[in-house]
Amino acid sequence: MNMFREALLVAGKDLRIEARSRVALQQIVPFGGIVLIVFAFALDPDRGLLPRVAPGLFWTAVLLASLLSITRSFSIEEANGARDGLRLSGLDGGAIFLGKAAAVALQLLLLEVVLGFGVVVLYDVSVRGVVLIACTTVVATVALAATGTVYGVLAAGLRARETLVPLLVLPAVTPVVLGGTRAFEAALAGAPSDGWPWVQLLAAFAVLAVVAGVLAFGPLLEEDS
Amino acid sequence: MGRFPVLAGADLDVEAGDVVLLSGPNGAGKTSLLRLCAGLLPLRSGAAEVLGCDLARDRRSLRRRLSFVGHETFCYDDLTVAENLRFAARAVGRGVAEADFAIARVGLGSQANVVHSRLSQGQRRRLAFAIALARDPELLLLDEPHAGLDADGRAVVDEVVRVAAADGRTILIASHELDRVRQLATREVEIVGGQVRLPVAPDPEPVEVSP
Repeated sequence: MNMFREALLVAGKDLRIEARSRVALQQIVPFGGIVLIVFAFALDPDRGLLPRVAPGLFWTAVLLASLLSITRSFSIEEANGARDGLRLSGLDGGAIFLGKAAAVALQLLLLEVVLGFGVVVLYDVSVRGVVLIACTTVVATVALAATGTVYGVLAAGLRARETLVPLLVLPAVTPVVLGGTRAFEAALAGAPSDGWPWVQLLAAFAVLAVVAGVLAFGPLLEEDS
Repeated sequence: MGRFPVLAGADLDVEAGDVVLLSGPNGAGKTSLLRLCAGLLPLRSGAAEVLGCDLARDRRSLRRRLSFVGHETFCYDDLTVAENLRFAARAVGRGVAEADFAIARVGLGSQANVVHSRLSQGQRRRLAFAIALARDPELLLLDEPHAGLDADGRAVVDEVVRVAAADGRTILIASHELDRVRQLATREVEIVGGQVRLPVAPDPEPVEVSP
């Protein structure tokens, strides 16, 4: 089986688990929504501020919710020694990384669609530059999922992983939040040409994160042995 | 957390097709030896080859050729019996047919669509065996294979081992059920304090054991 078929196998397994457990739908998406609502309450006195800071609040909410997705992606490997099972499976480490990152990315895209509607409704945002927004969302999501998956496996197997994942991931994905926010601001301001350089930066970050993950995931998966 | 040797000076040659009983007291290093052979523990010093693969360098290709039934099932709670099996089988290039055959062979046919978290302890052990079989391994590593099983389950394990041995697979079994496993084994070695003791000849007279 080649690497991409193996990655599809792992992604299918993770998505099937999520579809059945509904943790993403019943906990992670509502969490992201609550974050948006809290921001809305906090900034409500100044209604004019919310549309202007909406891109940053959107990506902050996505980032916080993504930490739950990443932690969840590795917590399913802890019960019943499933992590050892994954190692014993003989699957390529790079393929496991691609599969797990793809599953996280798909869940994040679902989350972002829901949060996007939330931003439009709660923050009174007029949507413009849809192509730029869509491209930014896809590329930033790949970057977030790939980076999170690398740090997720690094922290997996450690007793303090729930607290370690945010500590590791938040600083590492700061460029993603920055690039996503700036690109969204450009799109909503009707100046998409100002946003595309940020998409290029995000794309470079995503490629780097994916390559690093493919190379490093296998050795990191073996790390606690 | 400090590191300490769990196997020191262990020296063991196993021929292809051997069924080896690893006996010894708790904490002697039987499980560690099996995990080492499965590539789950790193080789800190010395040299070891399993199925011709160097344990220090080539663990991935080795793992595709073996199955390990340990204390845990290595399964996902939210996947059904069939889904867990198909995932494990497809990972080594086996098809759905092999997975479904393995389910039937361990007597879990009626539980194929039950999620792992709802299985009893004995059913989980059977599932672990089914996964081991579905991977069609050259080497079968079994750690206390009869633990937690009812009479039927224990008989299934014995039958699986007999058929696998007849197929020429190499099998290492760590067990405290010595009388039962001696009937299946072609060799016995004792592990004490992380060291392999001189081979113990299997009892030539079969011993009757209750199922």
